Amino acid sequence: MKKIILTLGLIVGLSGCTKKSENEIRVGHFGSMTGSDATFGTSTDEGIRLAFEEKNAAGGIKGKKLKLITMDNQGKAEEAAAVVTRLIDQEKVVALLGEVASGRSLAAAPIAQAKKIPMVSPSSTNPKVTEVGDYIFRTCFIDPFQGTVMAKYAFENLKLKKIAILRELSSDYSMGLADYFTKTYKELGGEIVADLNYQNQDMDFKAQLTQIKSKNAEGLFIPGYYTQVGLIARQARELGIKVPLMGGDGWDSPKLSEIGKDAVNGAYFSNHYSTESTAPAAVEFMTKFKAKYNKSPDGLSAAGYDAALVLLKAMEASDLSSSSIRNELAKIKNFEGATGNITIDEKRNATKSAVVVKVDGVNNKYITTINP
Amino acid sequence: MQEFLQHLINGLSLGSIYALIALGYTMVYGILQLINFAHSDVYMVGAFAGYYTAMHLGLSNSPGVGTLIVVLAAAMIACSILGLAIERFAYRPLRKAPKLNILITAIGVSLFLQYSGQNIFGADPKVFPNILENTVLFTVAGVDLGSLDVAVFLVTIISMFALHFFIFKTKTGKAMRAVSQNMNVAAILGVNTDKIIAMTFIVGSSLAGIGSVLVGMKYPKIDPLMGTMIGLKAFVAAVLGGIGNIPGAVLGGLIMGLSEEAVVAAISSSYRDALAFSLLIIILVFKPAGLLGKYRVEKV
Repeated sequence: MKKIILTLGLIVGLSGCTKKSENEIRVGHFGSMTGSDATFGTSTDEGIRLAFEEKNAAGGIKGKKLKLITMDNQGKAEEAAAVVTRLIDQEKVVALLGEVASGRSLAAAPIAQAKKIPMVSPSSTNPKVTEVGDYIFRTCFIDPFQGTVMAKYAFENLKLKKIAILRELSSDYSMGLADYFTKTYKELGGEIVADLNYQNQDMDFKAQLTQIKSKNAEGLFIPGYYTQVGLIARQARELGIKVPLMGGDGWDSPKLSEIGKDAVNGAYFSNHYSTESTAPAAVEFMTKFKAKYNKSPDGLSAAGYDAALVLLKAMEASDLSSSSIRNELAKIKNFEGATGNITIDEKRNATKSAVVVKVDGVNNKYITTINP
Repeated sequence: MQEFLQHLINGLSLGSIYALIALGYTMVYGILQLINFAHSDVYMVGAFAGYYTAMHLGLSNSPGVGTLIVVLAAAMIACSILGLAIERFAYRPLRKAPKLNILITAIGVSLFLQYSGQNIFGADPKVFPNILENTVLFTVAGVDLGSLDVAVFLVTIISMFALHFFIFKTKTGKAMRAVSQNMNVAAILGVNTDKIIAMTFIVGSSLAGIGSVLVGMKYPKIDPLMGTMIGLKAFVAAVLGGIGNIPGAVLGGLIMGLSEEAVVAAISSSYRDALAFSLLIIILVFKPAGLLGKYRVEKV
């Protein structure tokens, strides 16, 4: 028995003292590397890694190499909280990058705020995320803007006067985006003929879609994540709903058309950037990304890359303490990123433009850019 | 009217999926009085067997009846082997132990399969290959009937009758019923009980295999935890209809599907799962043996 206790003690002792080199700066990334929206995490991580490798190749920051520690939260909010605690307490990171989904950013942000570790979200668009505290930043637009973009596009460009909404009940992102869309769309004079919802694990949406069909909507707005959007699109077409489908940046994944097949073709969604962008920073990013990963980056890779670059820029200007990185992050102005011009405002959000793209197989066709 | 008809079809199509899985639960219970919680995870493995077979043979984009048969066979074989292995290595050593021990083992096997699945297949969802084109068979009062919905419904009904025939009209079925009534007496009278029980698991697991391919075709998103919720619902359906009773499982499944559809259409999706379990409680209060089940008093 004594031996067992001794061995156990030894194991605990050994694992507790992993060496942390003085000559490296540790930054954490928490994301959904697995789970039902796994491409969010993997795409973002690829973008972040590219930025870190470039920086290290150029000599790191103040002679120190950067070390990126990525941890998987399986797409669960409670895991995100656990993983962030671990990154801060055990891995001793000076700053955090993540998450894509607003619900998971909201679970992690209070921990980062309490421990005073700056956190930069590349693509969480729900306004509540940065309201958690002064250590929480984001480098993307927020849902009030994204909702406005799609509402305007639907009403003015597509000339749709009656729209139905199908939202995910347990997602902060989906609920927020649906609300902002509704608000603008009604102000413009449009009519919401149905506002229905679904659950996180649902696979069958025909009950909701049958109701939507009977309301004769001219368009269907689905502010959800790509896996379920793909299934919803298929079932909508099976029921004979032929109206245009619309969504937000949660649609951005190569898996969307894999699951949705023909059903998602011709659908519109708002996004952070388009692969057809001709801005020099975007073109440069796409070339580098293709050289490294041998594929085209999706919007979340670009957003991850930009968030990492903004964080690295702030770190360079700082004395590498967490509070100083925070102060430098707040000063970021006119940063030319792959997803556009980033200026951190007083609410720690980025003011920047959004694009509307049209799904066309695995590619998304660029339609228009809408400025704030 | 058109809306009502569409809801009816949606509900029946969802319900027949629950029914198909419920058949596997009810069959094993009927013979062994064991709630095989691993059944829903055998179903998950079936879906992945179908997926990898189609990928490996390059059939993922050539829908047709041939592809369907190959994928279906692969899923059924994989599920039978897995079911057999679970019976041999997890349940058989416990056959003389109290029933509760086997029940807990079943939960263990279920979790083992779920999390090994996450390790082996990866936790991100895969897209099930397109193995049969969904075409509109006919239109009734403006409502389309798709081939997939009809196929799922027909397969469920055929499986129900085939299972009933197998258990009540064949020699193996007779032996199964004998084992179900008294294992020791059946053994004395020359029934090879081990073989019969193994047979039960093979048949039950192939049913899960069929179910997995049909669900994969209908909702082309498969992941290692896909069995959890559908398994629970199917279990509720089996209990609802009277566990151990074959037509009862189908009846229970259809009731579940239709009432879920009604709740989502009339109230909100938030009550969908709550309803399934409330239904179970209500039925068990008024009919403890389920709708078609018979309440047997155990003599001591």
